[in-house]
Amino acid sequence: MDLRVTDLAVARGGIPLLEGVSFTLNAGEALVLRGPNGCGKTTLLRAIAGLQPALQGQITCPPDQIAYAAHADGIKATLTVAENLQFWAAIHGHRGIDAALQSLNLADLADRPAQTLSAGQKRRLGLARLLVTKRWLWVLDEPTVSLDTASVTLFAEVIRTHLATGGAALIATHIDLGLSEAARLDLTPYKAQMPADLGFDDLGFDGAFL
Amino acid sequence: MSALLIRDLRLAFRAGGGFGLGLGFFLILAVLVPLGVGPDQSTLGLIAPGILWVGALLACLLSLDRLFALDFEDGSLDLLATSPIPMEGVVAIKALAHWLTTCLPLALAAPLLGVLLNLPITAYAALLLSLLIGTPALSMIGAFGAALTVGLKRGGLLLSLLVLPLYVPTLVFGAQSVTRAAQGLDITTPLALLAGITAGSLALLPFAAAFALRINLR
Repeated sequence: MDLRVTDLAVARGGIPLLEGVSFTLNAGEALVLRGPNGCGKTTLLRAIAGLQPALQGQITCPPDQIAYAAHADGIKATLTVAENLQFWAAIHGHRGIDAALQSLNLADLADRPAQTLSAGQKRRLGLARLLVTKRWLWVLDEPTVSLDTASVTLFAEVIRTHLATGGAALIATHIDLGLSEAARLDLTPYKAQMPADLGFDDLGFDGAFL
Repeated sequence: MSALLIRDLRLAFRAGGGFGLGLGFFLILAVLVPLGVGPDQSTLGLIAPGILWVGALLACLLSLDRLFALDFEDGSLDLLATSPIPMEGVVAIKALAHWLTTCLPLALAAPLLGVLLNLPITAYAALLLSLLIGTPALSMIGAFGAALTVGLKRGGLLLSLLVLPLYVPTLVFGAQSVTRAAQGLDITTPLALLAGITAGSLALLPFAAAFALRINLR
């Protein structure tokens, strides 16, 4: 199992951001994407996760093998931590959330309504969702926002365990996760040079919805 | 998919879930109309079918803008789009949850409110039956409108403008079946047309709404 991205170009709101992005990610590997704000990291990850079409290029991994985690965690405030996690486990056809709760140190909070959690605790709940999807490729967009240093270390350990069991992770982040084995890819050289109107032409009538 | 239905029902019944909003609106309308129109019983009986159907329709509209907007804001919709459940299934389940929490209570309460409006005795069965048959179309058409406007801030006005014209056939045949029952006439034809609209909406609109959602998520 691997993710091969070839000559990928992505646009946001009709404006091309990145072009010619190519990389390969094999099972057991992690790749950290770097680049300044607005360079297209989120757009690239959304394209890989199948949430938006790429302008051109190929992505070999089908979206149904990808667990995507973005800035918003998809947590319902009036459900408890366990109910939130059980829901996502059931959606992906699995049961059993205890291991995920343990891994991210949420076991003591399982019966608390999610609205009483702190921002960092909510983030940990959002990341615990990755474990219950049981998918091999994690696509993570700024996973460490609002996590304290202890939680960042904890999460790095979770990623390492995931890699050791044949998973892979594609991570966009600004801070050092402490994953020394992870490869790094700076997106700055891939900044799109193509004329701005090409994006609109390719999107066709969908442009009306933008 | 049952997990999604259970979650939506649970959210609706928890604090702030909005369950009872439509029912409360419907109740207030049915109580206020006799006060506004006056105590003339024959006038009230004449307008009761139309008032009850218009009231149910507007009450159904009240909770529509929350249907996808809440999931869109907290990121659940992105995550559902990447989940193994097809988007069409997500739309159908969310429309079903809307029907169970909003329209079904309206249909069950309508005969009670008919008493306040002096609805003729022959029309109660037709009122309940027409609402049970017709309101699934209201939920499904509403889900389509909500899917079109999901990314917009304060999209409620646009949603109403989009959805209300599509609600007209359901309203016409629904109210007509109750009116005809009140006059002692046969109601097979309007009920059959109502069922046709519902069946057509349920068959086609999940696909249209899922398509609109995918575009709005880009």
